[in-house]
Amino acid sequence: MASLQLRQVVKRFHETTVIHGVDLEAREGEFVVFVGPSGCGKSTLLRMICGLEEVSAGDILIDGVRVNDVPAARRGLAMVFQSYALYPHMTVYQNLSFGLENLRLPRPEIDAKVREAARMLRLEQLLERRPTALSGGQRQRVAIGRAIVREPRIFLFDEPLSNLDAELRVQMRSEIAQLHDRLGTNMIYVTHDQVEAMTMADKIVVLRAGRVEQVGAPLELYNAPANQFVAGFIGSPRMNFLEGIVTEAEGAVGVALEGIGTIRTDVSGEGLTPGAPVTLGIRPEHVALGHCGSNDAAFAVAQSEQLGNATTLFFAAPSFAVQVAGQVSARRGEAMKLNLPPERCHVFDAAGKALPRRTKGSAA
Amino acid sequence: MKRLLAMLTARRGRGQLHWTDWASYLHLFLGLLVMFGPVLWLVLSSFKSEAGLIEFPPRLLPYEQARASVDGYPQPLPLFRITAGDFKGRELAEVRRIGLQAQMVDPASPGDILRVPTQDRERVMRLRFALENYADLAGKFSFGTYLWNSVFITAMATLITLLINSMAAFALSKYRFSGRDAIFVTILATLMIPPTIILVPNFFIASTLGLVNSPWGVIWPGVATPTGVFLLRQYMLTIPDELIDAARMDNASEWRIYWRIVLPLSAPALAVLAIFSVMWRWNEFLWPMIVLNKSETFTLQLALNSFQGELTTSWNYLLAMTVLTLLPVTAIFALLQRYITQGIASAGVK
Repeated sequence: MASLQLRQVVKRFHETTVIHGVDLEAREGEFVVFVGPSGCGKSTLLRMICGLEEVSAGDILIDGVRVNDVPAARRGLAMVFQSYALYPHMTVYQNLSFGLENLRLPRPEIDAKVREAARMLRLEQLLERRPTALSGGQRQRVAIGRAIVREPRIFLFDEPLSNLDAELRVQMRSEIAQLHDRLGTNMIYVTHDQVEAMTMADKIVVLRAGRVEQVGAPLELYNAPANQFVAGFIGSPRMNFLEGIVTEAEGAVGVALEGIGTIRTDVSGEGLTPGAPVTLGIRPEHVALGHCGSNDAAFAVAQSEQLGNATTLFFAAPSFAVQVAGQVSARRGEAMKLNLPPERCHVFDAAGKALPRRTKGSAA
Repeated sequence: MKRLLAMLTARRGRGQLHWTDWASYLHLFLGLLVMFGPVLWLVLSSFKSEAGLIEFPPRLLPYEQARASVDGYPQPLPLFRITAGDFKGRELAEVRRIGLQAQMVDPASPGDILRVPTQDRERVMRLRFALENYADLAGKFSFGTYLWNSVFITAMATLITLLINSMAAFALSKYRFSGRDAIFVTILATLMIPPTIILVPNFFIASTLGLVNSPWGVIWPGVATPTGVFLLRQYMLTIPDELIDAARMDNASEWRIYWRIVLPLSAPALAVLAIFSVMWRWNEFLWPMIVLNKSETFTLQLALNSFQGELTTSWNYLLAMTVLTLLPVTAIFALLQRYITQGIASAGVK
């Protein structure tokens, strides 16, 4: 177990800066997930932590010790690569033992550690096989095994599940989560899939274009996104965004939406002036069907998707999605009445920053 | 096997041969004749005795005049078939020839000398493979020494070539450093310098280093080949960088990454280069001729050459030795040609 700290970490490739001063802290035993769209610098950040990329500025500390100039192998980390990076000319056993041989451990000790890792990952039957003779899931487990045998202080995963099919991905996801429970070691996990991030993380770091957009527990990010990017990235189906104008800034904010009317929200309008452009966001699953008196809107159905347990309705003009539990039949073109609960509405200012919710006291 | 047969018998015409089939078979046949004819001629001639080689008109197969041992004559006597006169149809051995008459004897009754006009007889020819051409090589002309010199130079040079070229290729394909591409282009650019131009400078260097008349004088100047570096680098570019990152995370030193990860994975390209190197080295002639002056340091190729320079050339031995010289390269090529085509294709395309 170890703690990890990043202080104003910057990465430049020649003139281009790809990581702009990232600050981060991971406590002992935490499962941290870096999530973001491709090209956001999450893999680069991971490679900097493990020592495969140099740090242009800032400090990386493991257990409080600065490791910027410590070579990758001596940082006590282990990495699982996206392509698994198993040595194709070696058997599974040799793949697992290679790192230990490089540490010049005695043979019996290497053997014991390899067998232990193989038992833990159910690889005993495969030890004499070569990676080409393994399935995707098995290769994945070997790659994890190669990390485990070294007993690292921190595990690093670089999009480890992206090469697996959907079913296997769910299975491996829970295996990695179980492994984290069992070993209690820090894990840092990079993915572009917000579902993986939500299901596995203790702490999610949302990155965009080399900057940290928000850090927090999964539900924190879901319930109170700091900005429009995080709101759109976390959650599936994606949050609806509607452009509008502030009608009321005193107390709770009211937003006038074109073609819908004014929607009242539960957001504090401090610093806003009436007439300012804002974006109203609401998750598809938070929109209710039917009338409630206020905050109602009517839309014509453009398309519906029946999932069995839920129904997703899509509306055009303005583009909008609604997900309701159960099975709802809707014809194309049919007008539907919708209700947008004020406590579920998010309001983002012109810069995309989320406005704070009113405190309980002032809500009355 | 079935597929090979299908490929060999593939035709354009259905049922009967299309004219393009005739054309391609003709083309292939002529090609075979041109490419393989001389080699076949060489191999068959190497089994001819000295007398058989100067036979006119020449024959394809190693024929020579039959001889028979006759009681009372220490040497076996040449046999003739009588075509006219009293003894027509009989096979007689010639004792001696006097002008247009020959004194002959019937091997069945060695006592009687028969006189036969020389135009009434023809030689009895028979097929005989002169294996002694090969058997004698071992004892004569220190063939063993030449063979050892050739094998030593070829093997050592190939090993060193593989090692040095793969190290260069590893650095050029897997490390990022400034000037990398410039270095690579410079290495490739040396291909444009004809070897003859650097012959003299190379000799000065070799002689300064005291490498004249030593096999190392032949080995060292040629171990770093641009072709080899290019071939291996192109192949190593296809090895994923993640493997090398993984090895670094696995505490492997750079040398260990090279030795345990990169080299084994480059095996196909190394095989190609090994084949090339063996062929180059085995057939190398000009440079060894310059560096090696003493006959005990000669390679097979030089020995072959020196055979011809003497007053009389023992063609039968020369041919046998030529065949032996060809064999290793041919065998290597035949066995490993799959790798050659594969390697050239992979290095060329990517």
